Amino acid sequence: MQKKHLSVLIICLALGALFAIVQVGISNGMISGYWVTNLFLMGINIILAASLNLINGFTGEFSLGHAGFMAVGAYAGGVITTNLGLPFPLAIVVGMLAAAVAGVLVGLPTLRLRGDYLAIATLGFGEIVRVVLMNIDYVGGASGLKDIPDVVNWPIIFVSVVLSLLLIKNFVRSSHGRACLAVRENDLAAQMMGVNITYYKVLAFVVGAALAGLAGVLYAHYYTIIQPKEFSFLLTFDVLVMVMVGGLGSLTGSVVGAVLLTTASAFLQAIPELRMVIYALLLIISAIFRPQGLLGEKEVTLRTFQKLGGVFNATSGSKQTQ
Amino acid sequence: MPLLEVSKLSKSFGGLVALNNFNLDVEEGELVGLIGPNGAGKTTVFNLLTGLYKPTGGTIVFDGRNLRGRHPHQITKMGMARTFQNIRLFGNLSVLDNVKIAYQVVVNYGLIPAFLRVPPFYRREENIEKSSLKLLEIFDLKKHAQEKAKNLPYGEQRRLEVTRALATNPKLLLLDEPAAGMNPQETQDLLALIKWVRNEFKLTIILIEHDMSLVMGLCERVLVLDYGSLIAEGTPQEIQQNPKVIEAYLGDEEVAAWE
Repeated sequence: MQKKHLSVLIICLALGALFAIVQVGISNGMISGYWVTNLFLMGINIILAASLNLINGFTGEFSLGHAGFMAVGAYAGGVITTNLGLPFPLAIVVGMLAAAVAGVLVGLPTLRLRGDYLAIATLGFGEIVRVVLMNIDYVGGASGLKDIPDVVNWPIIFVSVVLSLLLIKNFVRSSHGRACLAVRENDLAAQMMGVNITYYKVLAFVVGAALAGLAGVLYAHYYTIIQPKEFSFLLTFDVLVMVMVGGLGSLTGSVVGAVLLTTASAFLQAIPELRMVIYALLLIISAIFRPQGLLGEKEVTLRTFQKLGGVFNATSGSKQTQ
Repeated sequence: MPLLEVSKLSKSFGGLVALNNFNLDVEEGELVGLIGPNGAGKTTVFNLLTGLYKPTGGTIVFDGRNLRGRHPHQITKMGMARTFQNIRLFGNLSVLDNVKIAYQVVVNYGLIPAFLRVPPFYRREENIEKSSLKLLEIFDLKKHAQEKAKNLPYGEQRRLEVTRALATNPKLLLLDEPAAGMNPQETQDLLALIKWVRNEFKLTIILIEHDMSLVMGLCERVLVLDYGSLIAEGTPQEIQQNPKVIEAYLGDEEVAAWE
């Protein structure tokens, strides 16, 4: 118990330090505007990757509808603040709820589908959302929703990312998370062990979609303008690459994947033609050499660092004795 | 009142009749064997009992309640558990997690404690962990608790399947060819284990088996299925003498040759 309190303290201190350093960097201009944008995007991508991993990695339902869920959240939140003039916290709640409802709508009818078929159906859902949004004049049609209040700042992004990760971690490491893993491993046996597989498949979609919705609300209120075409399949693909590179079924893997690929794409901004080529190459390389992703199903925890530290101490110690 | 009452149970897949007018009453505490040649419909009976298949006709009453329209997970919660002919463990999860998932039928908590880690979470999670470990200890699997289930040797995977089924706290245990792929020594160990489990957990058991030594050594009553129909029922000795059974297993001509 003591040890557990200590590790919570260490994590809190590390997060606090990270938050403070970036906050100071932003306020005195040490971090350029370009990198601030990418930092915010990184936060949004972490939420997207972690929530997609909950559906694809932990529950084993291969979904390609994440851009659709994000769009639902972004537009629902945008309507609340822009069209109705209501406060931003309400936009977060409504955006997440709307995306969660979309999650039920996609989750229920596609339950019987597996593998490729589920991927195609969810892909179709994403495209439907995009086309529908394009044809609703109330949200600006194809030219998009404009003049969304610019309220998202570093504290909001940081808190959102930390809370999202904490919620997913708590879920995954609970009886409900184990039930999702059982569905992934063998849904027939899961049923026989008393797991309601319908409930857990839909639940994974709902939780994943709600968090994608949160990412959408943040995105909308940072860029202040959203267009249906931004939420195309390419966005889902971006997130999918992050999840695959990090490791399906590893939460810290998703964080690593999101950070790596957002950084890479920030550097590649100068050569946009090659960006998708390099992305695709990364996916192919990781699929060939490390199909389970950088971390596989493992998680990076404080103990990992302790072990690394132990190895380091042992080697330096042996040098001293020589 | 019997624990399980099956009457006129039928199942067809298109034109193929997999099970035809099957009747079975199982009293509490009984150990019933279900045998028959390949494709006789034995596993179909288990799939119907556990709710994986919907019957074409007939009724199943378990523990006084009709199972019509109930989902498999609900039937598990009512106290029926099974193992599979081809092992179906959660291969990439730890041995401990395999048992924990099954034990969640007995002890669980809501989503809010899970997300927010409020008190019921820690208490019940500790209960799940302790009880699962205890069960693993009973079945001599505790030393493998943190290993992935798929990395266990074959015999231990079979044992884990039984452990996992027992973790759901069943009244009725359905064992589908538990000795498949085992050598004679492992089969003998399994026989002892089933006997022990039955007394220790006060279980009623239905056993599908090909290994006659296991069936004859364990069961008080044996049912024989052939082409989806019940062709014989009785004590192991009676079954061994039954000409219809011999015919089903060995064919007509051999019977003629025997005589």
